[in-house]
Amino acid sequence: MTVSAVPSEASSASAAPRSGGVRRSVLRRVAPYLQAGPLALTLLVFLLIPILTIVAVSFWDYDSIRIYPDFVLTNYEELLTSPVTWKTYLNTVKFAALTWVITLLIGFTVAYFLAFHVRSTTWQMVLFLVCTIPFWTSNIIRMISWIPFLGRNGLLNSGLISAGLIDQPLEFLLFSDFAVVLAFVHLYALFMVVPIFNSMMRIDRALVEAARDGGASAAQVVWNVILPLAKPGIAIGSIFVVTLVMGDFITVRLMSGGQSASIGLMIANEISLLQYPAAAANAVVLLAVVLIMVVAMLRIVDIRKEL
Amino acid sequence: MTGTSARRGLSFYLLAAFFGLFVLFLYGPIATITILSFQGPEGGLTFPMNGVSLHWFKNLFEQQAVGDFGGSFRRSIALGLTVMVLTVLFSLLAGFAFRRRFLGSGALFYLAVASLIVPSILVSLGIGLLFNILGFEPTWYGSALGAHLTWTLPFGLLIVFAIFNRFNPAYEEAARDLGATPWQTVRHVVLPILLPSLIGVGLFGFTLSYDEFARTLMTAGSFNTLPLEIYGMTTNVTTPVLYALGTLTTLFSFTVIGLFLAGVMILRRRRLRRTGAAA
Repeated sequence: MTVSAVPSEASSASAAPRSGGVRRSVLRRVAPYLQAGPLALTLLVFLLIPILTIVAVSFWDYDSIRIYPDFVLTNYEELLTSPVTWKTYLNTVKFAALTWVITLLIGFTVAYFLAFHVRSTTWQMVLFLVCTIPFWTSNIIRMISWIPFLGRNGLLNSGLISAGLIDQPLEFLLFSDFAVVLAFVHLYALFMVVPIFNSMMRIDRALVEAARDGGASAAQVVWNVILPLAKPGIAIGSIFVVTLVMGDFITVRLMSGGQSASIGLMIANEISLLQYPAAAANAVVLLAVVLIMVVAMLRIVDIRKEL
Repeated sequence: MTGTSARRGLSFYLLAAFFGLFVLFLYGPIATITILSFQGPEGGLTFPMNGVSLHWFKNLFEQQAVGDFGGSFRRSIALGLTVMVLTVLFSLLAGFAFRRRFLGSGALFYLAVASLIVPSILVSLGIGLLFNILGFEPTWYGSALGAHLTWTLPFGLLIVFAIFNRFNPAYEEAARDLGATPWQTVRHVVLPILLPSLIGVGLFGFTLSYDEFARTLMTAGSFNTLPLEIYGMTTNVTTPVLYALGTLTTLFSFTVIGLFLAGVMILRRRRLRRTGAAA
């Protein structure tokens, strides 16, 4: 960066490329800002400012017609003193915990099979794609597609009845907490499979060989070698699953048929009643809860190293 | 490895069976509604099939039956394509930026990660409120576009990060040593190497936007996108026309995914042939 102290004898011929060099080095310095600009601007306008807006509006006042700029704490007061809020949080956390445990078990098993038991790379890629394709299709359609399975006259009920296991159709299958968790697992298992598979593929196979040569059983290899090394993938998958479930409202609304609640659904209902300040206060608290959960999980892993 | 590759243990078959069940779990329901969408005109939402017909598909295209299906489909495609182009462009550019240290790079990275973590209903609510307060009209090509980008850009950025981490800078140095300008290096060396992964970023951009519901809810304005239209149908349509729509959009998604994968495959094959010829 020390371009000064140019000898006065410098010929005009060498001065031209030098000033070009200065321009280039300036360009080199501002280039990252220009390149990151569009991303930064988009996230600023459509993420950061909207969230700050939510925070601001959470202190506003409202009646049944409109919202007023103000600084009141009543939205938070009403939210945090209502037993409904606490019950709903408990329910949401229950959904998140159940979904997390089930997707973790499925994700780990599927990833382990793909990474360590499928030996040809081509097959690995094909089967991995088979697992990921549903991720790129419509979530709402995937939820609807459970109706013929779980409905009162659905496949499961008629199957169980014809097998003689039950004589009345089970009512709890569709429009229940069971259906909600089932749909969550169906939608989000992928978010576990992919990062865990990614972590497992980086495990040095020599470590597994060494453990086996040292006399470890297959189960010991999984528990003492593969599981610890797959932790970063598990953490990333867990962050995805937990945050998606904590913020969900559409799955709970569709699959429980309005009989169960989640925080996201509570916010969505407040929005549809135009109680924006109440929805905003609720959203701020939800964001804080989710961030605390994520920070706790991030203590286990530095994502930046995992790419 | 070669000694044991002929024999598969019991654990392999158990795991393979588990994997098979998982795939059935993933695809079974959608296969079922595909079959049920061919219900006869008298058929209902569950089995048994009451004859086989295209009645519900025909029903879908009658304007008054299910709202504005054609219009919402067109809007979703236009929006998806816009999101795709912007996601590829913005995340590639940002990827170049992140190869060097710059002021605020850490903050920007965490903002992008936060974008993945923030519940989508908050993005929807926030943008909706912001537009409301500023007196702007929310539109699917304005506020909804921005809302979708907050979901697709972090995915794009993470993929681009992953590519650059595996990218060998020796190629660029070689190009520079041979006298290429920075632009020529990017155009003829870096971009061709990145192209297959950029197609992947494009796939994320298009399909995530095409299917996005929660972020569109408060940001789409007066015209529905397809997922909003489908959601509206779930509350007031109780005939297999719902399945017909599901079958069609899933078929469309599969076609798009197929096209992207075929694109990547063709690129790979062409590259293999070229490097093979050079060797």
